[in-house]
Amino acid sequence: MNKIIALAGVVLKELYRRKDFYVLFVLTALLTVAAGAVNFFHDDKIIRYVKDICLLLIWVSALVIAIVTTARQIPAEREARTIFPLLAKPVSRGQVIAGKFLGCWLATGVALVVFYFFFAIITGSHEHIWPWALYFQALWLQWFMLAIVIALVVLGSIYFAAPSSTSTISFIAVVGLLGLGSHLRTIALQQPEPMQFILTLIYFCMPHLEWFDLRDFVVYDQSLVPWLDVALATIYAAIWTGIFLLLAWLGFRRKNLTT
Amino acid sequence: MSAIVQTQKLRVEYRSHELRQATKVALHGLDLEVRAGEVFGFLGPNGAGKTTTMNVLLGFVPPTGGTASLFGIDVRQPIARQRIGYLPELTYYYKFLTAEELLRFYAKIFGLARAEADKRIANLLKLVELESAATRPIKSYSKGMQQRVGLAQSLINNPDLLILDEPTSGLDPLGRMKVREIIQRLKNEGKTVFFASHELGEVETVCDRVAIVHQGELKAVGTVADISTGHANLEQAFLKIVGFQPQPLP
Repeated sequence: MNKIIALAGVVLKELYRRKDFYVLFVLTALLTVAAGAVNFFHDDKIIRYVKDICLLLIWVSALVIAIVTTARQIPAEREARTIFPLLAKPVSRGQVIAGKFLGCWLATGVALVVFYFFFAIITGSHEHIWPWALYFQALWLQWFMLAIVIALVVLGSIYFAAPSSTSTISFIAVVGLLGLGSHLRTIALQQPEPMQFILTLIYFCMPHLEWFDLRDFVVYDQSLVPWLDVALATIYAAIWTGIFLLLAWLGFRRKNLTT
Repeated sequence: MSAIVQTQKLRVEYRSHELRQATKVALHGLDLEVRAGEVFGFLGPNGAGKTTTMNVLLGFVPPTGGTASLFGIDVRQPIARQRIGYLPELTYYYKFLTAEELLRFYAKIFGLARAEADKRIANLLKLVELESAATRPIKSYSKGMQQRVGLAQSLINNPDLLILDEPTSGLDPLGRMKVREIIQRLKNEGKTVFFASHELGEVETVCDRVAIVHQGELKAVGTVADISTGHANLEQAFLKIVGFQPQPLP
């Protein structure tokens, strides 16, 4: 485990030294200003609309950070050839994958905490409500959804050598999963056989990222999601993350890496 | 003496991704044995199979056939690399880290305790004369300094076997001398050194035994004196073994 943590530490160091986090803070500041501006209108609908926009920005930003950061990890190691002195040490390829995953996941976790903290402070100071438990649930589920996304991108980065192609394909895949997830079952039921069967099969076999989206709960100040459901969603995310990481390891473990 | 590095009938094939191209055989059943405490030179012209052999020993490329082991452990097991140090030909290190951070990272990978790591890092930075630049990012280093970081990282675990790929390539005379000094020091400490090189003069100076590979096959192995017998020097013997025919200049 120490090796995985050491590898994750290098990912985090690279991230803040490449100044990605400064960009994040600027973005957070912009979000804060946007959320703060809603006080001028004193209109519930506008407040909710702006909160919705802020949360959408948080989602998009977190996805961008997760995908772009992860996509460059293993391809950049291969391109810069830093993978060779690393693999010449007593570290397995599985540990490299796990370390990269952990580093990227922790980095997105830090980003999410900052985003949600600013969001909570600003909206709370105007609305005088502090639904911390709901914010925690929203953050937790989004973080675990990002675990699936990061594992998927790690898998892609084993097969697509360039970070740009991995990022692009991953974005399309994630947007597709988010967009299709909630509608595919409805579409399937309107189709004749055998299309209905095929679409239903896809619906049950794909990871449902949209299940982790609690934005409407936050925007409309709804009650908490039952904690059992949160726990089940966490397990669901862990299973999909494990599947993608396993596939990434299977692809990477016998890959020829020539100096 | 026991074998530290051993390959038996080692075969490596690279499959071409293009349909009409045949599979390329990089190693044809290579049998190699490096004994404990010796400095072993691994020679061959470009494309002979030296790098492929090293890639297999370091676990970068899985063998297609045969076996390869380090300290009697199959090279596919990460633990086989616990007691080795590796210095690549060029500097492949995380340039956003400082030399100290890089060494600390590799120390963690080797599972060194913090106090032990601190001591080794300080000693190694002194050895490669990078103490004053230890807290600067590697990207700000000159090429020679980066090579010295490489040397330091290859020794972080106090290895029993040092694998060097063209260790003096691109180094200035002072850097070359430093590498030779370190090889000599390791030899005196009873460590094993396995290195690939094109610098035959250097090989002659430091090696106990050498192996010459050509077209993926082992052509000769023995002491420098054995291989040079009947030739003016190792270079002449090497050229004869790899079948080089000097052509008159036009």
